Amino acid sequence: MIARVSVTLKPSILDPQGKTIHQALESLGFKGVTRVRMGKLIEIELKHGSKAAAKRDVERMCRKLLANPIVETYRIDLAS
Amino acid sequence: MKFGVVVFPGSNCDQDCVQVLRDVLGQEVVPLWHQDSSLRGCECVVLPGGFSYGDYLRTGAIAKLSPVMKSVAAFAKDGGLVIGICNGFQILLEAGLLPGAMLRNTSLRFICRYVNLRVERTDTPFTNRFQAGQVVRMPIAHNEGNYIVDAAGLKRITAQGQALFRYCDADGQVTNTANPNGSLEAIAGLCNEAGNVLGMMPHPERASEPALGSADGRGVFESLLSAVAYR
Repeated sequence: MIARVSVTLKPSILDPQGKTIHQALESLGFKGVTRVRMGKLIEIELKHGSKAAAKRDVERMCRKLLANPIVETYRIDLAS
Repeated sequence: MKFGVVVFPGSNCDQDCVQVLRDVLGQEVVPLWHQDSSLRGCECVVLPGGFSYGDYLRTGAIAKLSPVMKSVAAFAKDGGLVIGICNGFQILLEAGLLPGAMLRNTSLRFICRYVNLRVERTDTPFTNRFQAGQVVRMPIAHNEGNYIVDAAGLKRITAQGQALFRYCDADGQVTNTANPNGSLEAIAGLCNEAGNVLGMMPHPERASEPALGSADGRGVFESLLSAVAYR
C-alpha cells in the first residue's frame, strides 16, 4: 500500500512561494487562477494489510513528524 | 563554567561557539555528539547554528528526535540552561521547548547581514549583562527566521515577557523596515516561561570579538557566566 501525504501551510498562513507562483502563472497568461498553495508530497510505502490501520499509522506519523501542526495541514491519500 | 556544545550532522557554527567560549572567555567546553545521551555534566547546553540533518523535512524536525535532544529536554525541564542559536532556535521550537514555529523569510531569501537588536529584559540568565532597551549589533544568517505563533501563544509570550530580543533600527525603534524576515512582533530571541531556555536567530558567537565587527554578542555568554556564578 502507498500513502501519499501532502503537507501545505495552513490557509491562515501567508505562503509567499504560492503567491509568487500565482503571479508567474498570470504572467504566462493563465487568467483563471484564483489561488496557489505550495507544499510537499511524501510517498510512504507500507506493509499494512488494512486501509484503516494504514490510515491510523500515517495520521500518527503526520502528527509526530511529517507536519508541524502549528503552521501546516496535511492530507492523506491511500492507494493499494 | 562548563559548556556543552551539541554537534549534529550539518551543524556548522559549533566550532565558532567552542572558540568563543574556550578561547575568548576561558571556559571549559565539551562537545556533545547528537547520538550520545550524556550531557557530560555541563552547566549550559548550546545548540549551535547550521543545517542539522540537511534541514530535511523542516528545519530542526529531524534533530529533535536525536538521543541528545531527549537529554536536553530533561535537562531543560530541571531548570538547566539551554541556548539555541539560529538552527538551534529552530530545533528548540520543533522539540516543543519553546512555543511557536519558523516560516521562511517573507522575502524568500537567505539573509546574511548584521542587524540591530533591542534587549527587552535584563533579569534573565541570558541578558543580565545588558541594559534594558540597549541596542546591540549581531549578524543573522538564515532562510527560516520568520517566527510565528498562534494568538493564544502570543498572548502568553507577551504576558510573560518572553521576547528577550527584537529586531529594531539603530535608534531602538521596532519598525517594519528594521524587521529582516517578517518575524511576528519582530521577535529575534525568545525564552521559555521558566526563563532557562533561550532561542535566538542572531549569532552572538559571531559577534564576540571586536575584530569581527562587533563584540556585543559576548554579553549573552557573559550573562550566562554571571547567572551561574550568582546562583
